[in-house]
Amino acid sequence: MDTGGTRIGRVAGMRPGTMATMASALLLAMTLMPAAASLAAAPAVDAIERPLVDGATDPLRGRAIALGRDGNCLLCHGLVDAGRPTGNLAPPLDGVAARLGAGQIRQRVVNPALTNPNTIMPAYFVVDGLRQVAEPWRGKPILDAQQIEDLVAWLQTLR
Amino acid sequence: MRAVLPCAWLLAVVLACAGCTVRESADPGTTGVHAAPVRPVPLQQGSVFAPPSVQAMQADEFENPGMLWVARGAKLWRQPEGSGARSCADCHGDAGSMRGAATRYPQVDPASGQLLDLEGRIMQCRSERQQAAPLAWESEPLLALTAWVAFQSRGLPMQVSIDGPARPFFERGRERYQQRVGQMNLSCSQCHDANWGRQLGAETISQGHGTGYPVYRLEWQGAGSLQRRLRSCLSGVRAEMFPYGSQEHLELSLYLAWRAGGLAIEAPGVRR
Ligand code: HEC
Ligand code: HEC
Repeated sequence: MDTGGTRIGRVAGMRPGTMATMASALLLAMTLMPAAASLAAAPAVDAIERPLVDGATDPLRGRAIALGRDGNCLLCHGLVDAGRPTGNLAPPLDGVAARLGAGQIRQRVVNPALTNPNTIMPAYFVVDGLRQVAEPWRGKPILDAQQIEDLVAWLQTLR
Repeated sequence: MRAVLPCAWLLAVVLACAGCTVRESADPGTTGVHAAPVRPVPLQQGSVFAPPSVQAMQADEFENPGMLWVARGAKLWRQPEGSGARSCADCHGDAGSMRGAATRYPQVDPASGQLLDLEGRIMQCRSERQQAAPLAWESEPLLALTAWVAFQSRGLPMQVSIDGPARPFFERGRERYQQRVGQMNLSCSQCHDANWGRQLGAETISQGHGTGYPVYRLEWQGAGSLQRRLRSCLSGVRAEMFPYGSQEHLELSLYLAWRAGGLAIEAPGVRR
């Protein structure tokens, strides 16, 4: 399971149940795979269905995270009602919930490289495999588990 | 066992792709696939991507705040320094002697084998030929002298050597340029090769050339070196910044200078 752990990226503060879900998805993937296949060619994990935390989520807080400096999502993504210039390196977030389910959205935010190894989108809940991280952020994910869930709650409102 | 594997592999791929809308929705230009170490086509100056008001400011010699540094550099060029009380002009003569110099930097100093950028060469002259106290990186006099020297090459095409002793420096710079770094996990190439011309928030990403440096940057309310700009990019992706004068900066700068080959120097540039 070592390679599996690397592939998905070590995540911080994730509760055991979620890890188990992700791990079993990987196990499934890996049993289907030639043993010698490179990690980069491993089948994609398309969705993380289990929330990273129990309890309430707040879509408004999620919106603030996306628009503010914590998430910085609009550096790359468009959003029609952002009220300011947004980036265009990535598809607009408008309508994302019509295209993707909650589990798929969570996966894209936790670690988008699981579906697209070449993506330029940062993994927001992964601390492994990064180089030269500046001291204040070293060993920390960009967002914590609660922030991810608030974000996912907000993204699900974008139909 | 071998025989069943291709089948299982195919199944795995089919399963994996069943829900993968991401690949389709992603513009191929936004992924890392353009990471090949080639020059952007067509090569375009940094100023092309600046807002029109900023472009106008750069183009007008009287409006361009960078010209204040150039003017100060012209004075420092003639100012005697150090134990021998000699000026730059005492050895080099007038401005004409510096025409084209900036197009050839960074370059390897044959005596020491070290890679020097323009600032590094100016500091070397200062310590070895003038026996004067060193100037701090990013200090006003060093920026002024560099701006003045670079200005003498305005309009001339970049043409650094990457052969012979420069080659290993160039190769390391090229690798570093492709290296994903920081908490945001992005490489120089992913922004400046794969995504130039696109918007990163309110900023238009340029091709990442150093041909306008030192620049006057409105955000800095002052002039700054190429190394300072590289530090901004690194801090933007939450990566550890390289120190001024570091080998990493010099190697990256050599790669950038090669990548900008043929592009005219536009120092002092103006940026937002
Ligand atoms: C540096 C650029 C960048 C940043 C910052 C970024 N993304 Fe992305 N994102 C992308 C790109 C590019 C894609 C397209 C798919 C791919 O390349 O993986 C994408 C895809 C997505 C998708 C899937 C969209 C779809 O329609 O399939 C979601 C959801 C998403 N991002 C959410 C976010 C959120 C939420 C944030 C902030 C917390 C964020 N992104 C920050 C670049 C970025
Ligand atoms: C997340 C995107 C991003 C990354 C990664 C990035 N840059 Fe930049 N860079 C920018 C933006 C935005 C600017 C400001 C607009 C412009 O001039 O391109 C910029 C400016 C520059 C400039 C100044 C261009 C000019 O004409 O003023 C240079 C040179 C440069 N970057 C080189 C690099 C190098 C080398 C690296 C890697 C160490 C790097 N960048 C990493 C986004 C990035």
